[in-house]
Amino acid sequence: MLSRIVLLLSAIGMMLAQSANAGLNVFACEPEWASLAEALGGDRVTVTSATTARQDPHHIEARPSLIAKLRRADLLICSGAELEVGWLPMLQRKAGNRQVLSGQKGYFEAAMLVDRLDVPEVLDRSLGDLHASGNPHVHLDPHRLLAIAMALSERMIELDPQNGGLYEQRRNDFKQRWQNSIETWEQVAAPLKGLRVVVHHMDWSYLFDWLQMVNAGALEPKPGLPASASHLTSLKQEMEQNPAAAILHTHYQSPKAAKRFSQLSGIEVVELPYTVGGAAEVTDLFSLYDVTLKRLLKLVQ
Amino acid sequence: MSTRLLQGAAVMAAILSTAAGAAGDSSFNPEISLILDGRYGSFDNDSDYELPGFMLGGEAGRGEEGFHLGHSELVLSANVDDLFYGKMTAAIAEHDGETEVELEEAYIETLGLGHGITAKAGRFFSGLGYLNQQHPHAWDFTDAPLIYRGLFGDQLLDDGVHLSWVAPTPMFVKVGAEITRGERFPAAGASNDGVGASTIFAKVGGDLGESQAWQLGISHWRAEVEGRTSGGHHHHEDEEGGHETPTYSGDSDVTGIDFVWKWSPHGNATERHLKIQGEYFIRNEDGDVVMDDESDAPESTTYDGEQKGGYLQAVYQFMPRWRVGLRYDWLDSDNKGSDEEVLAEAGLDNEGHTPQRFTLMGDYSHSEYSRVRLQFARDESYEDKDNIITLQYIVSLGSHGAHQF
Repeated sequence: MLSRIVLLLSAIGMMLAQSANAGLNVFACEPEWASLAEALGGDRVTVTSATTARQDPHHIEARPSLIAKLRRADLLICSGAELEVGWLPMLQRKAGNRQVLSGQKGYFEAAMLVDRLDVPEVLDRSLGDLHASGNPHVHLDPHRLLAIAMALSERMIELDPQNGGLYEQRRNDFKQRWQNSIETWEQVAAPLKGLRVVVHHMDWSYLFDWLQMVNAGALEPKPGLPASASHLTSLKQEMEQNPAAAILHTHYQSPKAAKRFSQLSGIEVVELPYTVGGAAEVTDLFSLYDVTLKRLLKLVQ
Repeated sequence: MSTRLLQGAAVMAAILSTAAGAAGDSSFNPEISLILDGRYGSFDNDSDYELPGFMLGGEAGRGEEGFHLGHSELVLSANVDDLFYGKMTAAIAEHDGETEVELEEAYIETLGLGHGITAKAGRFFSGLGYLNQQHPHAWDFTDAPLIYRGLFGDQLLDDGVHLSWVAPTPMFVKVGAEITRGERFPAAGASNDGVGASTIFAKVGGDLGESQAWQLGISHWRAEVEGRTSGGHHHHEDEEGGHETPTYSGDSDVTGIDFVWKWSPHGNATERHLKIQGEYFIRNEDGDVVMDDESDAPESTTYDGEQKGGYLQAVYQFMPRWRVGLRYDWLDSDNKGSDEEVLAEAGLDNEGHTPQRFTLMGDYSHSEYSRVRLQFARDESYEDKDNIITLQYIVSLGSHGAHQF
């Protein structure tokens, strides 16, 4: 009986393995990388994302459906830099898929390919949940994202040389469109320079670095810790002396803390999409930047 | 003295700064974590604990009274190379006034076999059931369910090999088998030249939309038991005042079913989160019980036992950091033997009592590394009913690996 089940399952497995030969089976840890893989791979890639824009990529579980998906993946794309440290190593161990282990060609760690901000000088848990390798939320700087896209395309060609020509063509197309967009974005975003905003978590460091915006403070007293009343009170006092234009939070963070601080300080709350799917009109990386800038520019009009 | 202290502090600072510098590249360093667990227990009655119809062993007991420590665990793990991962967990605990170090886990596991296959060798928690593979610090209540207490002495762990395979299917399907030594409770004697016990299990699981995830498992464990004593928790004095230790030899097999279902709004568990889980086990044993009193002709009986039970629990995080949980446990047994009196002396006659327990808990986690818990249990697992209040803290220091689903 058991041997029959095993036979049946291996037959299904072989069928699936064959259909996967026609391209790459991509497992993305976050929606931004799923979207990038789709942009670069077109119909030659089958992409699943482990998280949605409504989920906090720091905190998801190595649940059965994800183990099953990683088991069949040819390419694993994650932010890395310890963003997924709470669940990805467990998934890798459980999936039994050699190709997507750290150090293998099938594991693409995006943040490690670019310079990272906020690298802590001291690691101490009393300072909050710090990432030793620096801030992993790198996709919000379009220049870094372009560098990552070029490296990812190379990796896809390496893994699936049969479709190399197509990947190269799509990469050149993406590069052209992205560079044009960067020019447009940098022109329209000029008024944002020097804009002071309060953030929920350190999700926006790369965006601020790009646009030369100023992080005026965080609702989280320490990274990863929820906002406390005493912290918000002292933050309010800081704001009275040196006001900020808005309080930013992502789609996956509860707006409660931001609203509470808004009532306290009178500062407006702005929800930014943060990633693909973070707002109804954000369907790819281009619209992610379009919508982010549109919402921020409202603050300076 | 003060200069020595200063020197010590300087050395510590140097070690810490080196560790911090190297932390960005942890691949060459084992991940080290330390779990600290402290408790306060309050009970309504003082009688000796027993579980009617079950021979207790392993870690089984109702817990300590007053201030005491739980298991302090030191965990080291790392990828050995590109093929193996290694892990060791040492639990430091006090038993009867003696501090003991227990090796809970010491195993290597393959990383690079591919094809969904994972092999493990060494000492590990068996893949049987759902809760069995979780460390006590990851449990949602301060103690194990009664069925784990009654059958496995809280947890089933053994030395041996484990092989599992994840099918390449859209739905999560995993099958596995273990062959182990069979020397630790509830097996004994390392029969068959040290290959005395085996386990097979299968799990399926998946998502229901983006908010729900589930897993269902079945498992079976069997052993040839040679001389299982009930672990010192259950000594009986005979009429002359000598000690008798009930000792079982024979076949033992356990079959179980387990499920877990989790829900969180849009799959985002940071705000609210509900987990419902349950397990049911049934054990059949066929052999002999001897009341070992170190004499040449100890009392004995044949033993044909059926012991079963389960638990059902729900844990709800109603706001960040705060959770409440409710658990119901029940046990039953139907044990027969040629000499009912000997069976009763061995604690295997339940005297018409079916153990049950209701447990309510609330806990607060300041961060993902610390938790404080208050638990109340109405314990009717033995004949003297008890109300048990436990206050517990659990913290983890150092790099803390991900928990299983």
